[in-house]
Amino acid sequence: MTRTEAHEARRRRENAATGELSLLEASPIVRPYGDTTGDGMVQVSFTLPLPHDKRAEGAAMKLAIAMGIDRPLLVHAKAIGPKFTFFVIYGPVTHLVDIRGIELVEREYELLSSKEVNTLIKKRLRRKLVVVGACIGTDAHTVGIDAILNIKGFAGEKGLEYYREMAVHNLGAQVLIPDLVESARALKADAVLVSQVVTQRDAHIHNTKAMTAAFREAFPAGQVPLLVVGGPRFEDGTADSLGVDRIFGRGTTPGEVASYLVHALVNPPQKGSKAS
Amino acid sequence: MSPRKQPILELDPATVRRARALARKAGKPVVDVARTHTTVSVERATLRLAGLAGADHENVPWVNHLVDAVRDSAGLEHGVALPVWDALRRGEAPDLLTLAQKASSGAVTFHVPDGVRAKAAGKAARTAVAHGIRRIDRQRTTRDRLIARHGNPDHTPWIYLIVATGDIYEDIPQAQEAAREGADIIAVIRSTGQSLLDFVPEGATREGFAGTYATQENFRLMRAALDASSKEVGRYVRLTNYASGLCMPEIATLAGLERLDMMLNDSMYGILFRDINPIRTFVDQRFSRQIHARAGIIINTGEDNYLTTADAIEAAHTVTVSQLLNEYFAKEAGLADWQLGLGHAFEIDPTVKDSLRLELAHALLARQLFPDAPLKWMPPTKHMTGDIFRGYLLDGFFNLVGAMTGQGILLVGMMTEAVVTPWLSDRDLALQNVRYVMRAAGGLTEDFHPPRDGFIQTRARQVLTEAVDLLDAIVHDTGHGEPPLLAAIADGTFGAMKRPASKGKGLDGVFRRADGYVNPAIDLLDSGETR
Repeated sequence: MTRTEAHEARRRRENAATGELSLLEASPIVRPYGDTTGDGMVQVSFTLPLPHDKRAEGAAMKLAIAMGIDRPLLVHAKAIGPKFTFFVIYGPVTHLVDIRGIELVEREYELLSSKEVNTLIKKRLRRKLVVVGACIGTDAHTVGIDAILNIKGFAGEKGLEYYREMAVHNLGAQVLIPDLVESARALKADAVLVSQVVTQRDAHIHNTKAMTAAFREAFPAGQVPLLVVGGPRFEDGTADSLGVDRIFGRGTTPGEVASYLVHALVNPPQKGSKAS
Repeated sequence: MSPRKQPILELDPATVRRARALARKAGKPVVDVARTHTTVSVERATLRLAGLAGADHENVPWVNHLVDAVRDSAGLEHGVALPVWDALRRGEAPDLLTLAQKASSGAVTFHVPDGVRAKAAGKAARTAVAHGIRRIDRQRTTRDRLIARHGNPDHTPWIYLIVATGDIYEDIPQAQEAAREGADIIAVIRSTGQSLLDFVPEGATREGFAGTYATQENFRLMRAALDASSKEVGRYVRLTNYASGLCMPEIATLAGLERLDMMLNDSMYGILFRDINPIRTFVDQRFSRQIHARAGIIINTGEDNYLTTADAIEAAHTVTVSQLLNEYFAKEAGLADWQLGLGHAFEIDPTVKDSLRLELAHALLARQLFPDAPLKWMPPTKHMTGDIFRGYLLDGFFNLVGAMTGQGILLVGMMTEAVVTPWLSDRDLALQNVRYVMRAAGGLTEDFHPPRDGFIQTRARQVLTEAVDLLDAIVHDTGHGEPPLLAAIADGTFGAMKRPASKGKGLDGVFRRADGYVNPAIDLLDSGETR
């Protein structure tokens, strides 16, 4: 940013002319902020599969311009071995973002930390939340259920076993549906988590439907544990037809499941008089 | 790896002796359990040493078929050696592979022979298994020769880098590039969930989840590639994999046969973090450690895991306890001090005041308790947030503590931890970080003497005292009437996980040894003989 541009920016901030959009007011149109409002400055780094030479630097600049960086500044280029070059580029992006057009997709439950999950269970449920997990049918792929339940966890999040206020029973692979129902009853499960990875001939759908039917048969209405199914191939919006309370897909983390369980099973706080 | 000459923490030698004595007291009854049991994986490893390899068209290994067949008809209480070599002597099949193939279709009935027949079968089994043991011995000699030719790294700590693409043919160029960039040790992360497979996959694999399957062929391919790299870079580049989970003994065996140089091999990790049955784990780990000892493999233990699940300050003493137990179990299995890459990690919350001083105290405590062990220093993961700039600084401090406390093996921290699997540029930046810190501060070991009874000395003593107290509580734990260590594991003493000896994965693969149990592999490993 040149000196005159900086001066102009300060004038607009401190002393905007009539009809001119003051830079002090929040605008629905935004650009990145480097050190002056509206300067649009960004930094990017990347590696190109080229030896470090003038041509590689030219390629980096070309890529930066294609990314919308006007007048890119190549501040760093370093060879990584004989075949690669690493670049750091600064520059103003030409793009504007209109924040009025942003659609927010919200999950129906709030994402909680493990501490918050434990506290809510302890305070409101006043006993351990009992979770029973299994892979049912012929499915021997425990990767999914283990990622959610084992303390080792997944994606840097600890599994449900890590939550002090949950009693987790992982029944493992190839659990028969009657055994699962029986275990859920004996352990007084609040929630039953079932993982289905194998999808040959829609095995995941058949297994899940058989499982939910068995639970509805074995438990009186209203006392069926929360039924949750997870796997990479379940379609969104099919929970009702499968008879489960919720479906989790690929990439689900233990924290998401824990938060959902609290949302679904731990009663919300009593509403104060203001609510009426 | 040069341990410092003068101890600088002034620990009470009597307390240190007591800590070791308690670890022995806690560990000994568990070793007795290990010596009186066997597992399907120990028996499969024995068959692998005898040369049985490969799998059927559904990728079920022949060792699994054969061990299952023996289990179903003769039981495993006497081991597989006697029933299998008796069947071969009866002429059921001309060789092991054919026998396994016939057994897989139920065409062979196995018996436990006795008298002269037992003696003959035992002798034949020993001859066959000794071939595998001698191959491990030869691989160790080859390693020594290659180290003599190419040399060890000219610096400590040795730089440990990870590759994890899922595809062995992607891993190879990445590993070779990492060696060129300065890695002394390449670790190939395994596919998620392999630890819970009760068989070892076969062949070169190209599909894995967040890692590459550990298979004999993948081991062979990567070792061959790194032999080429060693020649290129002029130092012997070591290869690491994971002997953990349900197939620990077999994977250790394959590592010995294919000349891997380091193996992750923790005594309790599988129990606590993978819910594998405690007895299965202790039996399997003893066999795997005997193999590692024989093969000249350096083990890396997994104490860093305790700190990622619990608070790194509150749980600091559990790391010390686990290190002492790992040391006891390792030495009992024949490993020497230079083979003990005992783990610890830089995981204290960086927002805590004096976190760096606490890290120094903990790292020095480990260094001083195990002066002749290489020690594996693990980078921050728990407090890596995705803010890569902050992460880069944290990794710099991690490297600084490693430099100041003379660690032997340094797992290079990535600023993109918890974001992506490391990019080429992440590795390059991480190595620049390590090199800068080592160059700038590597010599600080010479100047750095925390004052007597100062913050660092006091903290180290406190952690040691807490460790002794915990060990004391463990050896007096009679809650479940089992060996006290198993009782302690059952009541959730470690990592807050309750793991009773009567539960967990792989329990159905555990057998109490009968009188007359024969395992020529264990005999050869115990005695050190070659025939």
